[in-house]
Amino acid sequence: MSETKLRNVVYCDVCSYPPDYCEFTGKLKRCKLWLKENHPELFTKYYGDSDKEVDAVSSKLAESSIGEEREEKLEKDLKRLQTKQENKEQRELAKKLSSKVIIKREARTKKKFILAISGLEVFDVDMKKLAKTFASKFATGCSVSKNAEKKEEIVLQGDVLEAVEKYIHTLLEEKGLKDVKVETIDTKKKKKPTETPAPAN
Amino acid sequence: MFRKFTKDDVHSRSKVKSSIQRTLKTKLVNQYPQLEEVIDELIPKKSQIELIKCEDKIQLYAVDGEVLFFQKFDELIPTLKLVHKFPAAYPTVQVDRGAIKFVLSGANIMCPGLTSPGAALPDAPGFEEESIVVINAENKDSALAIGKLMMSTEEIKSVNKGHGVEMIHHLGDPLWTFNVE
Repeated sequence: MSETKLRNVVYCDVCSYPPDYCEFTGKLKRCKLWLKENHPELFTKYYGDSDKEVDAVSSKLAESSIGEEREEKLEKDLKRLQTKQENKEQRELAKKLSSKVIIKREARTKKKFILAISGLEVFDVDMKKLAKTFASKFATGCSVSKNAEKKEEIVLQGDVLEAVEKYIHTLLEEKGLKDVKVETIDTKKKKKPTETPAPAN
Repeated sequence: MFRKFTKDDVHSRSKVKSSIQRTLKTKLVNQYPQLEEVIDELIPKKSQIELIKCEDKIQLYAVDGEVLFFQKFDELIPTLKLVHKFPAAYPTVQVDRGAIKFVLSGANIMCPGLTSPGAALPDAPGFEEESIVVINAENKDSALAIGKLMMSTEEIKSVNKGHGVEMIHHLGDPLWTFNVE
């Protein structure tokens, strides 16, 4: 098998495009950082020497024939796109940081509980998959359903509140979101307000 | 074609029999003869092709978790991942720099973007109408889209107006980000 014939294309980790097209995604800054770190030889190829300013870079890339006027317009558009994208990312991050995960424990019968986990959808979590993981991890029934506010929540049978809380913390930490609040709500039957945790099933 | 495409559009997925896998490979080679020498590298003999049937009778073929080609009716169309690996085998047109932005947002390609100085069309006789072309861009190494000619390349040159290439698949569209699992 000859390995040489196929091109090995590098895809940018940030925007998933081949690095040629990073400039069109509006995430150019982060793309460049990534490329510099991981593929310095490509970085010099596309962006010239690293010390140059962004303007020099794009003008170098733009040795093209579409005329200066159009080129200028294109650059302007790209810049606008970039700022837009950056703002969007910031907004999203802020939204993520300000939102919180709610784990609710509800009593079903005396000794049995269900957990309802909501507020995860902001964090790009695949709910169905997570439900599956929970189901096999805790050996209980677990499913995704819609709650009163028409938002998706994970319903988990069995009293495993602490373990779930821990798991979600690690999950969010993996995504680089350490400071997200995870709130636990304990709703118990009115007759028994004492702190007697049911034995874990 | 893939403007809207999510996981919900997947109807069924199944493994392809090895005999059908062989026919698929020959068909691919027939369409793009230059692929012959690398086909076994692109799709190793031992690999398992997975067929993913989707909405609107679109069928995706994936190898090792990567969608390599798809078909709508009869014709097999390579995805950009496959094109990037061996770009020489496909008929290619080139657009100018000004057009990239629009192509990446999924627009059909207009003729002037194909005929301006920065763009390139093949010399006569060129490609027929309806044929699948890979779209490259000025000063770029990799292809950025795949489209279908709405008129032959010769016509594009002479008419130079209106839609020239119908967009099928471009960088960043849902098929590009589609995750096979």
